[in-house]
Amino acid sequence: MTTELAGGQVVIELLYLIASVLFILSLKWMSSPTSARHGIWAGEAGMLLAICGTLLRHGIVDYRLIGIALVVGSIIGVPLGEVAMTAVPQRTALSHAFGALCVTLVGSAEFYLRTPNISHFMMAVLSLEVILGGLTVTGSLMAAGKLQEILPQRPLTYKGQNLVNFLLLAAAFVIGVTLVQHPESRTLFPFMILIALAFGVLLIIPIGGADMPTVISLLNGYAGLSAAAMGFVLDSKLLIIAGALDGSSGLILSIIMSKAMNRSFTNVLFGAFGQVQALHAAGEEARPVRSATPEEAAAILSAASRVIIVPGYGMAVAQAQHKVRELYDALTKRGVDVRFAIHPVAGRMPGHMNVLLAEADIPYDRLIEMDEINGDFPQTDVALVIGANDVTNPAARSDHSSPIYGMPILDVDKARTVMVIKRSMNPGFAGIDNPLYYLNNTLMLFGDAKAFVGGIVRELGGGHS
Amino acid sequence: MNSSSNLINALFIFVLAGFIGFEVIRRVSPLLHTPLMSLTNALDAIAVVGAIVLVGEHKSTLSAVFGFIAVVAATSNIVGGFLITDRMVRMFKSSRPATKPAAK
Repeated sequence: MTTELAGGQVVIELLYLIASVLFILSLKWMSSPTSARHGIWAGEAGMLLAICGTLLRHGIVDYRLIGIALVVGSIIGVPLGEVAMTAVPQRTALSHAFGALCVTLVGSAEFYLRTPNISHFMMAVLSLEVILGGLTVTGSLMAAGKLQEILPQRPLTYKGQNLVNFLLLAAAFVIGVTLVQHPESRTLFPFMILIALAFGVLLIIPIGGADMPTVISLLNGYAGLSAAAMGFVLDSKLLIIAGALDGSSGLILSIIMSKAMNRSFTNVLFGAFGQVQALHAAGEEARPVRSATPEEAAAILSAASRVIIVPGYGMAVAQAQHKVRELYDALTKRGVDVRFAIHPVAGRMPGHMNVLLAEADIPYDRLIEMDEINGDFPQTDVALVIGANDVTNPAARSDHSSPIYGMPILDVDKARTVMVIKRSMNPGFAGIDNPLYYLNNTLMLFGDAKAFVGGIVRELGGGHS
Repeated sequence: MNSSSNLINALFIFVLAGFIGFEVIRRVSPLLHTPLMSLTNALDAIAVVGAIVLVGEHKSTLSAVFGFIAVVAATSNIVGGFLITDRMVRMFKSSRPATKPAAK
């Protein structure tokens, strides 16, 4: 009897092992767009095996309730899989919240099932699991709310913010430590979760829209780490592996994003605390700029042989990506070499611009990363900036007093002509004036990105086809 | 409870998996960072196995209720995550095999 049981257990563990391997392969195949779909299939197969293996477990009696939960979850999941590409950042934040919610609930249930028979170590991991999970739930919901513009995008700061946040986190850890010593304190446990939930809210309050790529990556990492902690609690190797993979993914993306914004990693690790978006006195507003009409812009573009388009979040806001594709087509037809320069933090999450442009059917081999394309700007006839601001600001290279000094930027100012599509001369998110606009080789194209690009396309079409 | 040896085993797995994750994810093209995140999100929802056990074993009302919500949340991540990752990845096309209007 016992051997039979062990045999079943072995089968389940083997299924989990296969699932773990499939998960790793899944991420490995994400390395290139040509193999990425295999990666998704591997992930799906692994997930299916793991769920089937779990359903085989001895001790599971209530299949009906599991079935209902799986169906309800799927019904909620389908629309979440079909959101528009512009809404992917908030969808991602929302799913971080769901993942963390799952982890927090399971952790809480395990606590109440096991207390008071919890070893010190187990209680410590359990506390870590629910604290990380709890703060990720509310933090992600806040981030999603800001991205969806249900909540004000403007960062909210107040005096002593860091201190309040730090004290809250410290309080949560003190409760955690107390619970480690007295795992029978059933009443203390909810307070730890409540504090973690409150901390998550306060963590995101001071963060503005432009910081979202870092924050989403960070929350991704937290969600992964909390899942790994859950793996320790449940003694599930599969969960530990999946959590470690997700955690390292989130951390790597956070590091990439923080480098791209010239922040130290510790600064990011603590949630970009108190990133008071420096409102630099933009007092030099009166300097002259040169502007141009769509006709003039079209004439310059059609005379060019190399064009680099620099898209930013403004392009997504104006829903201009399909017009940009038409521009790409019109110029390519005329034999102009058109490429896109992608700054790592352009958009609202890592890789956001690539997805938006790919959706507009722009071939991915035309989308070039910052480090690869920066050397090409001096040989470029026209750099066309659409809805990007700070990532093109040359002050980041030269002006020590600038709040973004040191941030790697796209060297658009080195192109022969720079054209910037912009609504008005208002400074961008960070409120920093951009000297790029006053350069002699810069032409400002004032207007809505979608309408302006549409105007250029019309001109180009009228000229030749 | 041989928890200390279990703990060491678990730590080994965690650290090694972290290294594999780091090496594998470092190689992911920045083109695909958005689908990468939605994919890891779906994979992370493997936490559903813990929730399924809670619901299935039905040891207490609280654990069953928490487990139920947890299964719902995780399943929506699995389904939504894989769906949207697939949608995104399918959008990435190279210019080599005929892009329709930009024909040479």
